[in-house]
Amino acid sequence: MSALNAQHYVYLVGAALFVLSIKWMGQVRTSRKGNWAGSLAMVLAVAGTLLPGHYGLSAYGWIVGAVLIGAVIGIPMALIMPMTAVPQRTALSHAFGGLAAGLVGTAEYLEFAPNIPRFVMGALAAEMLLGYLTFTGSLLAFAKLQEIVSTKPIIYPGRNAVSMGTLIVAIVSAIYMTINPGHEVALYVLMAASLGFGLFLVMPIGGADMPTVIAILNSYAGLSAAAMGFVLNNKLLIIAGALDGSSGLILSIIMCKAMNRSFANVLFGGMGQTIAKAGDAGPAREVKAYTVEDAVTMLEDARLVIVVPGYGMAVAQAQHAVKELATVLMARGCDVKFAIHPVAGRMPGHMNVLLAEADVSYDQLLELEHVNPLFPEADMAIVLGANDVVNPAARTKVDSPLYGMPILDVDKARSVMVIKRSMNTGFAGIDNDLFYLDNTMMVFGDAKKVMTEIVADFKRINA
Amino acid sequence: MHELSQSDIVENLFVFVLASFLGLELIRGVSRLLHTPLMSLTNAISSIAIVGSLLITGRGMSHTTTLLGALAITCSSINAIGGFMITERILRMFKRKDEGTARGGH
Repeated sequence: MSALNAQHYVYLVGAALFVLSIKWMGQVRTSRKGNWAGSLAMVLAVAGTLLPGHYGLSAYGWIVGAVLIGAVIGIPMALIMPMTAVPQRTALSHAFGGLAAGLVGTAEYLEFAPNIPRFVMGALAAEMLLGYLTFTGSLLAFAKLQEIVSTKPIIYPGRNAVSMGTLIVAIVSAIYMTINPGHEVALYVLMAASLGFGLFLVMPIGGADMPTVIAILNSYAGLSAAAMGFVLNNKLLIIAGALDGSSGLILSIIMCKAMNRSFANVLFGGMGQTIAKAGDAGPAREVKAYTVEDAVTMLEDARLVIVVPGYGMAVAQAQHAVKELATVLMARGCDVKFAIHPVAGRMPGHMNVLLAEADVSYDQLLELEHVNPLFPEADMAIVLGANDVVNPAARTKVDSPLYGMPILDVDKARSVMVIKRSMNTGFAGIDNDLFYLDNTMMVFGDAKKVMTEIVADFKRINA
Repeated sequence: MHELSQSDIVENLFVFVLASFLGLELIRGVSRLLHTPLMSLTNAISSIAIVGSLLITGRGMSHTTTLLGALAITCSSINAIGGFMITERILRMFKRKDEGTARGGH
């Protein structure tokens, strides 16, 4: 068997394993097998590429050195990183992925221009455009999630014209390059415009829209890898890239649906900057503030408690304290469920990971459609650092920006306990009617501290 | 750079379209519980760009492109190695009282 043929078969097995890897990721039971299949596929992809004979690669010193540096950076990042930092790590790795695709595109161009066939040049331009915009966009998303820069949307007049203009420049230079691959200046215009557009794309995105944007960037990173596959005439790259591209697409559609918003609205809406306008409507209303002791009294006889976690739980690192409360309540014969809204947190599935980290059994984590019918039977719904996803205005107030968004119906529970640091509005800058309902009790304080105090009180009672 | 034949181009487009539809179907089947590890898995898979990086560096055609390729290898291997490891770490945490840790093979 010649080296060329061997490589085809190695790539074929790799492609099959990538497909299986995604399939097995579908269920918790098979998910780890899926991850191993993916890792094996990647090893095969690298091995197949390095097979002696076909590509006739040399410069192994550079290759080994570069992989070692990658391992030295990648392994500690994977081992040490706290689970609350998963969204920023994901954003950062999208940035690395985009940069890699962009750099490969640039290097290919520099090596072969102007002798690049038109179709290949088109794919190459697409690869660079997607790669570089993913790089800067994800880097900015990382900086926002890590709070190196403000998580508030950065809004200025004419921003849509600026970002659209930059995108048009990028696309025009990509088309120009495809027609005239010899004009190197177009390469630099394309690179600059793509890098710029990535920044402009993410600047107006606020914290709560991050899940959608991270999913979109995931999709772009995959598509740039697929474009690279067209350039290299390599089906393994095309398949892996297409799988990623569709994954990001589906996730971002799910996120948009969960907020009842369109892609365009998420990307260009600049939601979250209208705090003042929403705040001055109507007379000031009173909320009922309660103490930890009141909370314990209310929880003592509860039979079913549903906890609704949000980004506030992640910020306060309250997941372990919540788990303790659940354990204490369950020891008293109370059933405890967790209601997970699709956009709770800063990336798809964020809350599930944090609660899994705290050892919450995953059959206690319920999705929106499954948990909503349970609220009328719940003695208590505990809202922990969530806000917009439990705002009843989404059901009732036609003029509210949240109207139509599927929410968790906590207001239908017999009583609702909202744990919050202050009366600040949620991300969308919208007052929450839930706080003023008769069956709502507000407990002000840090989520973790309040949870820990409730647990301590229960332990005193039980002792 | 060698010209691709018309049939190569069409074949590749076929593969892309079919793989995308397969991807859409498979991803739709993924439990929402697992969306975070799914994203970190697909992120690790997108480091397949390492294949292109290896080719550029391995050819060693010029200092500039070798360096660009090596930088791309570093970026991709951070994602590949780190990505699969973090996914494993996340998946190990998903437990069910009656089941113990989510297991790989059955």
